[in-house]
Amino acid sequence: MKNKEPLILAVVVFFSLVTYYLVEPFAHHVLHKKVVEAPSEGFAYTDLPALTKTGNAAAGQDLIMNAGCAGCHSIDVAGMPAPMDAVTAAQSYGVNPPDLSNAGAIYDAKFLADLIKNPAHALKVEHKFDEAKGQMHPMVPFYGMGGDIDQEIADMVAYLQSIAVAPADVTPAMAYENACGRCHAVSYENWTQIGTKPSFKHEKDSLAYDIKVLEYQDSLKAYMGKLPPDLSMYIRSRGDDFLNKLIENPQNILEGTAMPRVGVTADAAAKVIEHMKDAGDTKRHERESIGMNVMIYIIIFAIFAILWKKQVWRDLH
Amino acid sequence: MENNSRRGFMGKAFGAVAAVGAVGSLVAMKKSWDPLPSVKAAGFTTLDMSIYEENVMVTEKWRGKPIFVLKKSAEVMSKEKGNAEAEARNIKIGNDNFMIAIGLCTHLGCIPAFRKDSNDFLCACHGGMFDASGLVTQVPPPRGFDIPPFKIDGNKLVLGEVGPEWQAMKDNGVTL
Amino acid sequence: MAHFTKATSVKDWFNQRLAVEKVEKVMMSEYWIPKNINFLWAMGMVLVITFAMLLVSGIFLLMYYVPTVDEAFYSVNYTIMREVDFGWLWRHVHGVAASVVFLIIYIHMFTGIYYGSYKKGREMIWISGMLLFVAFSAEAFSGYMLPWGQMSYWAGMVITNLFAGGSLHADGLVEWIRGDYVPAQAFLGRFFMLHVLLIPIAIMGLIGLHFAALRIPHVNNQDGEEIDFDVEAEKYLAGNKAESKVMRFANDFMSKDMMVVGIYLIFFFYLVFWNYGFAMDPVNFDPADGLKTPAHIYPEWYFLWSYEILRPFSIDLGLILFAFAQVIFVLLPFLDRSPNTVPANRRGLFAIWFWVMLANMIILTAMGKLPPEDPYSQIGFVSAILFVAQWLLLPVITMFEKKV
Repeated sequence: MKNKEPLILAVVVFFSLVTYYLVEPFAHHVLHKKVVEAPSEGFAYTDLPALTKTGNAAAGQDLIMNAGCAGCHSIDVAGMPAPMDAVTAAQSYGVNPPDLSNAGAIYDAKFLADLIKNPAHALKVEHKFDEAKGQMHPMVPFYGMGGDIDQEIADMVAYLQSIAVAPADVTPAMAYENACGRCHAVSYENWTQIGTKPSFKHEKDSLAYDIKVLEYQDSLKAYMGKLPPDLSMYIRSRGDDFLNKLIENPQNILEGTAMPRVGVTADAAAKVIEHMKDAGDTKRHERESIGMNVMIYIIIFAIFAILWKKQVWRDLH
Repeated sequence: MENNSRRGFMGKAFGAVAAVGAVGSLVAMKKSWDPLPSVKAAGFTTLDMSIYEENVMVTEKWRGKPIFVLKKSAEVMSKEKGNAEAEARNIKIGNDNFMIAIGLCTHLGCIPAFRKDSNDFLCACHGGMFDASGLVTQVPPPRGFDIPPFKIDGNKLVLGEVGPEWQAMKDNGVTL
Repeated sequence: MAHFTKATSVKDWFNQRLAVEKVEKVMMSEYWIPKNINFLWAMGMVLVITFAMLLVSGIFLLMYYVPTVDEAFYSVNYTIMREVDFGWLWRHVHGVAASVVFLIIYIHMFTGIYYGSYKKGREMIWISGMLLFVAFSAEAFSGYMLPWGQMSYWAGMVITNLFAGGSLHADGLVEWIRGDYVPAQAFLGRFFMLHVLLIPIAIMGLIGLHFAALRIPHVNNQDGEEIDFDVEAEKYLAGNKAESKVMRFANDFMSKDMMVVGIYLIFFFYLVFWNYGFAMDPVNFDPADGLKTPAHIYPEWYFLWSYEILRPFSIDLGLILFAFAQVIFVLLPFLDRSPNTVPANRRGLFAIWFWVMLANMIILTAMGKLPPEDPYSQIGFVSAILFVAQWLLLPVITMFEKKV
């Protein structure tokens, strides 16, 4: 009796793999063609002009003090507090302007330069804020302080980079909270648009905080058109590829969206994704390590099963 | 012999009694499965028809389902003129004309998206299309949008209540 | 009272009360299995192991899952996945096993079709097996509702809509099934009940029936040879193990079963830890939203072939064909008019019928996942027609089969 088992196994594996291929990778490619084929430039921001001047941080510090940035932005490390609380700020600007302490480490230098000069352009929201139609972006552009505007901007960027932590010291949470957290809540990390919700002794205080969050969200919803979604599970519902491409340029994935290009560096983007994994795929490290151990065990189990079978069947053949 | 026939009869009588109990239990079980009274009572929604703008489609909610409310412009109305099917679906409240529909594709229940530019609806699930009157312009949906039971009350519309206009629509086969 | 004697041993004590030795012989050591079989015969044990994993992982999920529309998603994706120790492991095992079990069911089913294990005396094994397929399908569908994600809600909406019966417009029936106008708390509650209690009980009962139906006809073999189990058992018991055509279920067959299970588990756990996306669709990681239809709604892969039979046609015809597809496999023993219980490759036209059916179901599966646009909808349409045609032709093809 010829042993047909290798052939049978090959047939079963073949048909299973064909089915898997058609239903998963192939169908994914067809269903999400737009995302799969969307371009990606590794956060190179090729549409933005390169910086031509070498910035002077000290000059930049003076410029930032005098240009009125502190009218909206806090700079905690420089001892400059926020002029308003988050909820009031959102009522004026739609969203809470970020603290600039670590902007130099999180955002791309070309992006920062372009942002200071022309916010709607850098953020890619010109379709929403058309200067010609008188729709001004809430962030006032910098029109220069009398000297070479490109030099001045380079100085301001240099200053921001000098006060920030080293890029390697930016944590995933820092990157997320700064670049995304003022619009997107992450309830599974207890993150609201106005900060991590503290624990309150009295329920009245907890509810008062919740009301503040809701008021902020009302301003945000009016500003953005709809409330930006909670991102707790987005790493699992959207996946790495979608999120990376979206962060790099929202218009490539969601054409016409109100979501601005946030201009993060490639490293900061990776950290944002890491934070989203901390929220939505928290046990991944444990899964990898336990997975390894289980695989080793199950291979040993299979070997012993094979040995037992061979022993039992020795006198059956 | 007499004992046997009495035992046989008693056996059948007992079986009948047991069956009656079983049927009663099944009736009770069926009723437990029914929608709750609170669910049935929540089935009425009142809409203020003065707030809508022409050619702006608003999605309201009734019995957990989306309800499309579209105030039709004069241009849409003139296109409808002469089209008996479209005119039969029209809901006139005061001087305004509305398309009001259950916002579920009549094919398999997905929610079609309103397209501002073409003033129509496209269902992403299988490509079905409906026009501003709620009629099918592209299969596979088998019929136009279903119209929820409604009652006109001055400038208000009560969804869930059966008014004469809706009853006429139902009787004429305009909606189910 | 029956006559009891003083027990001579622990075994004797149990024998007098539960006949354990007799039961052990009937179910294990003297349950004779043909030797002429291949590893496909182990799929039954693979299914038992997979079902056991579903039960055990399900028990631990059940401890933390909250069956309300407000908390279900959070209880799964936060509490179980993040907080419960090994919660993520039970969830992954449960999701992957629920999907892989159908791969094994289909392999098991098609093995039966190929080797004619549904014919002549084995009809009840086939029918109870198909009832198990229906029960597992209901269990999978009800289970998929529970995380209350976007796919849970919309698959629930679409599938319960089918019960309106197309032109019958039985909306009242649909509302009664749901317990509400749309999938809501009442819907979630009853599917939770079905998934956690009623259907598992039915499955366990049907497994008992399936095993019972197998016991008397005995397991089939690779050549469809009719074996005299008594004669062959005698040879074995006389010490002629190598010459006998049969072997004991325990431990002969079971040791091979365990070997196949061991290799299967390598594949299974690889999926659990590293490649589980096919079993846990991304769309279901968005919380359910009744006012937002996902761009693509599709059932789990194992329902795609039958979904694709529904889709290409107008709703009434689609429903009729869909119902046909669900029921037709059960009728296989009666539609196959040939007298031969041999592998398909020795049955002439039936061999072609078999491979075309298998390939066609894979095509239907693939088309069911793809969007209803050219060329996929055309291919799906042709495949659906071919599926129906094959079943209508089966009695004709098999009627003319020569006796082998």
